[in-house]
Amino acid sequence: MTIRWRDYKVEGIYDEVMKAAGRPRDHARLLTRYLAALDEDELFSIQAAAELSIKEMGITFTVYSQTEGSIDRAWPLDVIPRVMAADEWRRIESGLKQRVHALNCFINDIYHHQKIIKDGKFPREVLAKSVNFRKECVGVDPPQGVWAHICGSDLVRDSDGTVYVLEDNLRVPSGVSYMLENRQVVKRVFPELFENGGILPVDDYPSQLFDCLAALSPRRSGVPEVVVLTPGIYNSAYFEHSYIAQQMGCELVEGGDLHVSEDNVVYMRTIEGLSRVDVIYRRIDDLFLDPEAFRKDSMLGVPGLMRAWKAGNVALANAPGAGVADDKVVYAYVPDIIRYYLDEDPILPNVPTYLCTEKESRDHVLKNLAKMVVKPANESGGYGMLVGPVSTKKERDAMARRIKNDPRNFIAQPVITLSTVPSIVGKHVEPRHVDLRPFILSSDQMYVTTGGLTRVAMRKGSLVVNSSQGGGSKDTWIIEGGGV
Amino acid sequence: MLSRVAENLYWLGRYMERAENTGRIVNVNGNLLLDLPKGIAPGWQPLIEITGSEESYRQTYSDFEERNVVRFLVGDNQNPGSIISSLSMARENARTIRDVIPRESWELINELYLYARDNLQSGLSKRGRYGYLKRIMRASQTFVGLSSGAMSADAGYEFLCLGRILERADMTTRIIDVRSASLIPSETSGLLPFENIQWISVLKSLTAYQMYRQHVQARVRRADALRFLMLDNDFPRSVYGCVALVDESLKELPTSEAPRSAVARLEKVIKSGDIAKMAESNSALHGFIDQLQVELGQIHSEIVRTYFHMEESAKPRTQSQAAATA
Repeated sequence: MTIRWRDYKVEGIYDEVMKAAGRPRDHARLLTRYLAALDEDELFSIQAAAELSIKEMGITFTVYSQTEGSIDRAWPLDVIPRVMAADEWRRIESGLKQRVHALNCFINDIYHHQKIIKDGKFPREVLAKSVNFRKECVGVDPPQGVWAHICGSDLVRDSDGTVYVLEDNLRVPSGVSYMLENRQVVKRVFPELFENGGILPVDDYPSQLFDCLAALSPRRSGVPEVVVLTPGIYNSAYFEHSYIAQQMGCELVEGGDLHVSEDNVVYMRTIEGLSRVDVIYRRIDDLFLDPEAFRKDSMLGVPGLMRAWKAGNVALANAPGAGVADDKVVYAYVPDIIRYYLDEDPILPNVPTYLCTEKESRDHVLKNLAKMVVKPANESGGYGMLVGPVSTKKERDAMARRIKNDPRNFIAQPVITLSTVPSIVGKHVEPRHVDLRPFILSSDQMYVTTGGLTRVAMRKGSLVVNSSQGGGSKDTWIIEGGGV
Repeated sequence: MLSRVAENLYWLGRYMERAENTGRIVNVNGNLLLDLPKGIAPGWQPLIEITGSEESYRQTYSDFEERNVVRFLVGDNQNPGSIISSLSMARENARTIRDVIPRESWELINELYLYARDNLQSGLSKRGRYGYLKRIMRASQTFVGLSSGAMSADAGYEFLCLGRILERADMTTRIIDVRSASLIPSETSGLLPFENIQWISVLKSLTAYQMYRQHVQARVRRADALRFLMLDNDFPRSVYGCVALVDESLKELPTSEAPRSAVARLEKVIKSGDIAKMAESNSALHGFIDQLQVELGQIHSEIVRTYFHMEESAKPRTQSQAAATA
């Protein structure tokens, strides 16, 4: 190379590092200067060293392929970090707390009096068609009235610099272990920048998570027994389940390790016999949680778990049914939900969202498919999505038919030109689009990770960042003071 | 400690030890054959017998050529006892309990598996084999060292040790059994120098040669070698030495009465053995070793019954365990 920032093109996009060719943002000065001083081989060997540590540390995610079965892939990390000024971050942080607080009020209301529906602020039909509403949860009172203890919200920045919330993941959001591991790896390769860059640490997440979970324990005395419940090693996020259990010093259990007694108490099978469990951080979807209550064919769950939870003998995080607010149609109402429960204006805006249930907006969507992103209401991981500008006529026609058949199941949003961050492409540095997933914890207190997991679309021009779709990741630096 | 985790640790110990032992018998056999005249050399078939895998071997291979036997024992994915399969199973077990074992241990196993997989071609070549196997054996020993140096001596550690030591005792008895059967009788005096070499190779298969020389201080003879490998108090690969280690681990675990009495039974069998008779008669030796194998199997079953599959856990268990018993 070396990197020539003067040749770095950012026209028409918002770049997180460079204001314009040759002009770094204030908080990115040290970083750009440092990178520019590296020669081609140095930058390349830093990236190679990072990839080697990832391989050796066994940081993986699992993908399924029809031909090869489940394969463990090394976690993709681009060493050039995404940077953000601490002042901006603090505003985002309070916006996230506000949002998740309101969502928890909403879920609790939905499973009790449904005041928001009675007051005409939320349509009953939307709830009636929600696939994540669990009638089994009606009337249950989880500790502190909190249902979504761990939330991963996806943030995107548009070309004008506005940060939007794109979605809230309230079921079993993953990615936090990669946020922590990315930092470990990047610290190894850029020690100089960490010495005096004002980069805020991210490492206290596991202890915050433990405190959050321990506060849910139904037993007031003694140290609560907190466990992480995983579907097992073939789950794509198994690495994370194991990592989190290890970091919290908790047992990592599978369904078969747990046992619910006749008096509705949960135990785990140990070499000394049965031992009581107080809090379960479950990484299994609702429908697989308990074959007695939900899918009878689930081999992953624990028969009787719902009985124990309803009896208040064990806490589940997230609570079953919390996913009712994790629905792309409900999403469209979140600004109203914030106003309704908290009587505050939303700090973070939603991406403008068209509900296909309303005739007027449905017609608008159908007419403008080529300019929009259409998403199924209840899929995650980027599956079943249509990205208008890169779609074929055939794909658009198919989507139009699906929308007409089941309008409740689709929302559409204008295409957001995600902001970019310089990324290593071969031996060059080019802008690549990113999003950001911070994690928000709620129980007796609230906590937001410092930054979060930055995901990056490694293909030129692509806006799809999901790791299951070939996306990569970056370390996220929240920078205090004039900084890096 | 979760029963499932204990079981995974136990099998992790077994698989790592199995990879090491298999590596050693291949290396030692290669070395031995270079020293023996063609007419009396036992070839490679005994290794298949030692590992008790004749049936599955014959499904793929029709002769006992070096190339085939080595491929089968080192790099054949279809052979559940091959080094590559053992390492892959060790890795799967370690992955499942990654939260329990020290991070360095996981990294070591992961790296070792990747090394073994990526360098297999060189490991199968005559020239590259020694270095390849040596690296695998050394990594297995590093794993043992890491475990004792970085793991709390808690129940998990004891299960890891139990798996390792029982696997080792099993291998020691198999090596003695098969090797003695294929060795020429001691009285064929003209061939004495070669008998010597063969017993040295048995000792070497068990890394016992050096210790034997230090502690027995006699030239290598069948009776002395047998006594050393069966009964020596201090050598960690002698059958008796293994039994003592197993008992020490069990002592640290809760409710260990049943497995410990199985250990006591094995101890009694070992002490009742008539080494002098075994030195003269292969069938006496073979019968005795059969007895030892049965008792070792009993200890394994008692451990499984006491800690892994207790009565109340009648539920079908997960894939990791199915894999572990393969």
